[in-house]
Amino acid sequence: MPEIPEHLRRRSAEARAKALGVPREQVLAEMGLAAEGETPAELIEEITSAVQPANPDTSIPEDLQAREAAARQSAVGDFVAKAAATPAAKPTPAGAPAEPVPVVEVPAPVVEPEEPAPAAAPAAAAVPAATAASGSKIPEALLRRSAEAKAKATGRPVEEVLAEMTGGVPVAEEPAPVTELPVPAVAEPAPAAAAATPPTGEQPAARAPDSTAGRTTTVTAPPIVPPVGTPEGVRPQRLLTVVRARAIQQVKAEPTDKVSVWPHLLLIEFVALLAVTAFLTVLSVILQAPLLDLANFNLTPNPSKAPWYFLGLQELLSYFDPQIGGVTVPGIIGLLGLMTIPYVDRNPSTKPSDRKFAIMFFTFFLVASATLTIIGVLFRGPGFNFSYPWSDGIWFDDLKDWISFE
Amino acid sequence: MANGDKTSLADRVGEVGERVRASQAWESIFRPGSPFKKGYTDSPRNRSYVIMNNVLYHLHPVKVKRHGVRLSYTLCLGGLSFFLFILLTITGIFLMFYYRPTAPAAYVDIEALSTSVAFGSLVRNMHRWGAHLMVLTVFLHMSRVFYHGAYKPPREFNWVVGVVLLLLTLLLSFTGYLLPWDQLALWAVTVGTNMGGFVPVFGDQVKFVLLGGVEVTGATLLRFYVAHVLFLPFIIVIFMAVHFWRVRKDGGISGPL
Repeated sequence: MPEIPEHLRRRSAEARAKALGVPREQVLAEMGLAAEGETPAELIEEITSAVQPANPDTSIPEDLQAREAAARQSAVGDFVAKAAATPAAKPTPAGAPAEPVPVVEVPAPVVEPEEPAPAAAPAAAAVPAATAASGSKIPEALLRRSAEAKAKATGRPVEEVLAEMTGGVPVAEEPAPVTELPVPAVAEPAPAAAAATPPTGEQPAARAPDSTAGRTTTVTAPPIVPPVGTPEGVRPQRLLTVVRARAIQQVKAEPTDKVSVWPHLLLIEFVALLAVTAFLTVLSVILQAPLLDLANFNLTPNPSKAPWYFLGLQELLSYFDPQIGGVTVPGIIGLLGLMTIPYVDRNPSTKPSDRKFAIMFFTFFLVASATLTIIGVLFRGPGFNFSYPWSDGIWFDDLKDWISFE
Repeated sequence: MANGDKTSLADRVGEVGERVRASQAWESIFRPGSPFKKGYTDSPRNRSYVIMNNVLYHLHPVKVKRHGVRLSYTLCLGGLSFFLFILLTITGIFLMFYYRPTAPAAYVDIEALSTSVAFGSLVRNMHRWGAHLMVLTVFLHMSRVFYHGAYKPPREFNWVVGVVLLLLTLLLSFTGYLLPWDQLALWAVTVGTNMGGFVPVFGDQVKFVLLGGVEVTGATLLRFYVAHVLFLPFIIVIFMAVHFWRVRKDGGISGPL
């Protein structure tokens, strides 16, 4: 499992403490988090950053940040003229150098203009920015949905509520009534999906003042002021739900430590190829491939030996009946046995300590075949009888040039 | 003065190189991101392009697990087997120019190759020792894969393909063994095909198909030759393609342990 970010765990602890009615410190301690002091300001920052990527300043290009903040402020409706947000909301070519000029009149969002924008980020960052930008004008469908829900909750006719909502009630001025709104997402059966795509009609309005304030701190650094009328210790946000990270980001595989094939692997391979070519060339200069007399059907050499990789087999044939030594052992055990290894060995572990039997078994066959081959190559003389290479000579023509015991 | 000349010569050579690398022909040969292209810089993006925009992308992914490039993990055995196959193909094509697969001509051609063809002896030696080496590397590669448990799911089928490749390698080596048409070749193949005769039920038929008769003759030589230079390479290339493709599709190199 990927590590859950600390701020999310803190939020979760908060919610649990509230639900269970136990002190926050206790829950935090249970979850392995130090309960060091968090001011409400920090919490606000956490909540806004939970909606946004954790470090917007490092991963999102400035132009997109500026667009996002401008869109939010226009959604809030205070001190930003709509005209200021509109040019900034135009799509910018991805990877273009950050130009904060179009949104200069927006005081808050123009952050660190000297920092170059990373090239890879815009694609990922474009989505939240677009979502925030769409909040500048609440779509009618969403407004209607919201009104319907509110009407259902309060028992008033829908038309009345709708008229009240569209009648210029400044939603952003007063965050408190927003929290009273019944959130349609809660009623829906899939809370995870609802949290992933918050109802844009209400959500930007609900969080906009605080996120703007939180953003302001990064530039002009005034202390974060909770909205007027908020009692001490009460956060103006509502925790909709806590969802597992799995539901939002589909982590399919563990992140693994990888290196680029070029140059790391290709260089190694290239050197290996050169080394083998050099080795083979030198070997071929030194050692002459055998060429005996012309094939003669009437003259059987003694001993007659197969190629070395079949000599283990020939060795087996000298011990056993051909049906066993020639077919059962090499055919059944050798080939079929080899092929069915993955289907017979059901042990999923690849740790050597977990597969002692498999390793022992395979090593036994490896050693056995190597031993038989070596015996067949070196220790079999005329009549395929045992002989010692140091006293009776090498009886294997491919090796005659290689070893000599003169 | 001499120093100045040297610099100007180097400059001129460098200028020619620059002009060649800026030419349309050069540009058309190398795809974007190639290290041979003008203005190549070492960056993560270009490192990806080197593989992605290259025929090598059929063989290698852009990135591999870090432990996989350690020489001590694979010992390069699989890659070397493939490389030896290529080397054997190259030297084999060279040998084919000087070799006639008929009983009267084969031995004479091999003798002439060793004595009167430039580099003939060297290439023949490389072909023979390379073949032995390839049998060895394929076998060791199999052992390496076993000890790493790399045949476990999802790689079971690729292990089976690998066993087929081992068998084909042995057959390639064995069919090549007969081609010099000397005493060693004749009797080794006689012993080998006699083993084929021990196959139950179809023993005689297997032997007959292998030999193209009841014993090793000129027909066997032709049969082994065609199998050696055409039929078996054709089959093994198909299996190798599947093998390499499955390595990629099954998640690259196995492990770490």
